[in-house]
Amino acid sequence: MLILDCPNCGKRNASEFRYGGEVHPRPPAAQQLSEAEWAHYLYMRPNQQGVQSEWWYHRAGCGLWFLAERHTYTGQVTRTWLPENPKSDD
Amino acid sequence: MWRKVPLRDEYEVVIIGGGAHGLACAYYLAKDHGITDVAVLDKSYIGSGGSGRNTAIVRSNYLTPEGVRFYDESVKLYEQMACELDFNVMFSQRGHLTLAHSDASVRTMRRRAEVNKLQGVNSRLIWPDEIARLCPHLDLSDHPRHPIQAALYHPPGGIIRHDAVVWGYAREADRRGVEIHQETEVTGLRVDDGRIQGAETSRGLVKAGKVLNATAGWGSTIAGMAGIELPMTTFPLQACVTEPLKPFLNTVVVSGSLHVYVSQSDRGELVTGASVDPFASYSLAGSLSFLEEISGHLLELFPCLSQVRILRQWAGLCEMPPDFSPIMGITPVEGFFIDTGWGTYGFKASPICGKTLAALIATGRTPDLIAPFRLSRFAENQLVGEKGAASVGH
Repeated sequence: MLILDCPNCGKRNASEFRYGGEVHPRPPAAQQLSEAEWAHYLYMRPNQQGVQSEWWYHRAGCGLWFLAERHTYTGQVTRTWLPENPKSDD
Repeated sequence: MWRKVPLRDEYEVVIIGGGAHGLACAYYLAKDHGITDVAVLDKSYIGSGGSGRNTAIVRSNYLTPEGVRFYDESVKLYEQMACELDFNVMFSQRGHLTLAHSDASVRTMRRRAEVNKLQGVNSRLIWPDEIARLCPHLDLSDHPRHPIQAALYHPPGGIIRHDAVVWGYAREADRRGVEIHQETEVTGLRVDDGRIQGAETSRGLVKAGKVLNATAGWGSTIAGMAGIELPMTTFPLQACVTEPLKPFLNTVVVSGSLHVYVSQSDRGELVTGASVDPFASYSLAGSLSFLEEISGHLLELFPCLSQVRILRQWAGLCEMPPDFSPIMGITPVEGFFIDTGWGTYGFKASPICGKTLAALIATGRTPDLIAPFRLSRFAENQLVGEKGAASVGH
């Protein structure tokens, strides 16, 4: 089973967490986007096989949202961190 | 069954993905449009992806009129398939039950039944007394945590032998002159001035003015080679089979609330699967949490199976679009067509996908039946919300 290292609680089974999808920052000045650009932001995803940054929510634990870097084929998690703490390797 | 011929460096049409969709398209290009200068490329053996990993359920009791019309054409083509392809695909229209365990679910089933009837599809809401007659081993008591209240009954639904569908299309396409190239992986796409030029493969460049992306799971990867981003995310879907039992289950039984569907194969095994895994992945590895969950849910429906052993489990890749409807047709790159976003409902659409995409590739006109599923629907805010009937309802 996939094991995730919650920055708050430590290593736990993936079943304790909820997957929140690829990191997908909201574009700055969203009001100025055209409808096509907005639709692109809303729906399109790279969805590539490889390392991706993604959101996870520790629903059966501390209730925090955090970020993880995970390979979408091997399942290897290279790091997890809190969004307010982007440089941390915890 | 089909020839092994040298790979040429140019074709009129290249189809990426030798599954039921790609091979059906090749077959209809040859049969309906006389286009036989076609190469079907597969990175492994044909039918090695989603076509050989699904639970082989065929039905058309969807939620949206667009979906119902489309899948119903597919069921009709499946009904004629054994005769048309001269290949026994063992299509067994044994009936399909989608269980409702809550008032909300009963409401959705009633709505589906009415949408289905309006489109001429045989589908109706039935109550526990009739469910008991169709499926006497189902626990219809008030003991389970979520007692069964009603079911959507769809008599034309059933199961089919998925490998035979792949092989039947492959043999007929081959007989008509289409070339099938296995172990030929597409590694890149050539696009020049907004037009597709061909595909780079593990065996060299193959030029073509028309290329179809008929892969499942890797649809985003292939489209990305042409510089196109698609609105979908790849998740594994797991399934398993039990040891063979004497025939006792005459219908396909699905429970969306319990995330389980089950049918009994001709060999007596119970074939059962769940919804997609809880997080995105390209891994085909099975997990213990899946077995634990599906066994529990299966026992809630059929307590009599408590001593039955599971023989094997596997996974397939599903690319999930936001509205649970496929993404098929033209793309911003001229000559590059997609047949993607097939989520967990791709196999049952194979014949009609092949037929409609072949018409699009041959004539350049998008058939009405697949126009609602165009890629541009996302920018146009014209989504086709099929989640209520497609997320677990196999």
